[in-house]
Amino acid sequence: MTDASISSSSHTADRIRARISKEAQPAKGEFRKNKRNWSGWWFVGPFMLVFTLVFIAPLLYAIYLSLFRESLIGGNAFVGFGNYMLALKDPKFWDATLRVSIFLLIQVPIMLFLAMFAALALDSARLRWVPFYRLSIFLPYAVPGVVAVMIWGYMYGSQFGMVADLNNFLGIELPSPLASNLIMVSIGNIVTWEFVGYNMLIFFSALKAVPQELYEAAEIDGAGTFRTIWSIKLPQIRGAILIATLFSIIGSFQLFNEPSIMQSIAPNAITSYFTPNMYAFNLSFAGSQFNYAAAIAIISGVITMVVAYAAQIVGNRK
Amino acid sequence: MSATVTEKPTPAERRRTPSRLASGRMANAGRARNKTAKKVSPRHQRASITLTVLMTLMLLYCLVPLFWLLVNASKTKEHLYNSFAFWFSGPFALFDNIGQVLTHGDGIFVRWFLNTVMYVVVGAGGATVLAALAGYGLAKYKFPGRRAVFAIILGALAIPGSVLAVPQFLLFSGMGITNTPWSVIIPSMVSAFGLYLVWAYASQAIPDELIEAARIDGAGEIRIFFSISLRQLAPALITVLMFAVVATWNNYFLPLIMLSDPKWYPLTLGLNQWAAADSSVGGVPIPHLVIAGSLLTVIPISAAFLYLQRYWQSGLTAGSVK
Repeated sequence: MTDASISSSSHTADRIRARISKEAQPAKGEFRKNKRNWSGWWFVGPFMLVFTLVFIAPLLYAIYLSLFRESLIGGNAFVGFGNYMLALKDPKFWDATLRVSIFLLIQVPIMLFLAMFAALALDSARLRWVPFYRLSIFLPYAVPGVVAVMIWGYMYGSQFGMVADLNNFLGIELPSPLASNLIMVSIGNIVTWEFVGYNMLIFFSALKAVPQELYEAAEIDGAGTFRTIWSIKLPQIRGAILIATLFSIIGSFQLFNEPSIMQSIAPNAITSYFTPNMYAFNLSFAGSQFNYAAAIAIISGVITMVVAYAAQIVGNRK
Repeated sequence: MSATVTEKPTPAERRRTPSRLASGRMANAGRARNKTAKKVSPRHQRASITLTVLMTLMLLYCLVPLFWLLVNASKTKEHLYNSFAFWFSGPFALFDNIGQVLTHGDGIFVRWFLNTVMYVVVGAGGATVLAALAGYGLAKYKFPGRRAVFAIILGALAIPGSVLAVPQFLLFSGMGITNTPWSVIIPSMVSAFGLYLVWAYASQAIPDELIEAARIDGAGEIRIFFSISLRQLAPALITVLMFAVVATWNNYFLPLIMLSDPKWYPLTLGLNQWAAADSSVGGVPIPHLVIAGSLLTVIPISAAFLYLQRYWQSGLTAGSVK
């Protein structure tokens, strides 16, 4: 997953959307006393200035770039959707997209299940030292992705690490986590380690906001622990589950840091087109194919948005 | 929360700094909640052994890699290769390794550290300031173009950040600011998540009446923000700051694209460069320095994170996770 600010900003979009629809009917008395004038721009202006520079302008530029092609003779030529057509038939691109899709379908459910289990355990009142568990499980989120990959990379390694020690100790040859058949599992483990605590805290904060009366009512009705979880806790925090899921979908499609850093220790298992993001990056900075890279990035972005939107529809359906 | 913040600040409260005020309120709110929870909740039961065992396994999963980092940062280069990976072995070389990290390559690590601090202070600090202003402006003012601002932020946010990386680089390159600190700082200053949090919090926590009263007293809009609204926003701002600090300290992708000169690298990029010497042909492997350097990278951010995280939950429950 790439850095949190990018990913979290996207799930924010979703919540803001929900807000805005609420705002369509403004609450009674809102803005009643604030005159309609321009002074709001004093506050919003600085943000919008920087936002335009780092978000809007590059986006428009990406669309512009994707419509051209650099040729040896004649410089930049307008090719319309030519780059997109090429990308849609590019087996490397689809290989990368398939890989992150499989990653999404396997790693994300495991991570969210573990996070949910931990959050429910913290909330269960049947665990001691809750703050200690909460902080320790959350701590990996603060570890830079680069360091996380290095630690796990060393531990995976056969020179000095966990796998090497296990091999010595048991006198056997375990399959290397860095071989191409296991590399996705190894990366999935690192991503899970980094983000399980973050998702746990999203769930845990939401569980804390569940009204006490519901539990009391459930108790009176004689509901057991699992019944309470299934019928009260999970439905009550559906919003948080949806947010965490969207966040993870976007994170999976943007997967870059972990495979990119691991490439140096597993060069045979990780190709330059391992994920769509890596492919676009390598096309741009190793191959100088900026136009084609822009088209790849945009298609990948559209796929992400479609999947995230679909997940939202499924999640909101009762 | 909203009950406490809607009160007008008493003169005594006014003298306190926003952060102390916030922490005081936070602690009170926390205590009050815990007390009622204990009194009301019939759910307090004996600890479950199964749950404790399973959660301890999870805890070990999360902490063992960090323990590995500590153990191996205190081994000499030779002992790294031929000792049990999960316990101390050989001479305790932690401080020797740290000394080597700080002096290796003419002290470039110290430079990376200072770069990172600069990116965090200016980038994350700037992100918090901009988010505070904009979130407050959107929550409390109705101005021409307000809906358009919402729509634009929303539309742009739905686009994964990786789409923007390459054109961002090309644009910045055209402006001549790639390979300078600005190319890392400017993008770090946009935190849309922060904007959202401040907006959600400001809508609830700052009553319009308070602003209106200040206006009647003749205060200007900017003055109202700095002398009244800012302290009300303090809990949300600490949350925004924590996210921005962690994101900036740990940022890898953005500096990787923007920077080519190692003297502007942040720690993440610098460490990766050292690690690459392990596997590159002809490079002298320095794993003991990579590991000790990683430890030095993790410690400050973990400390800041553990210190700030207690405000996170209150910030989140203030409006986002509902």
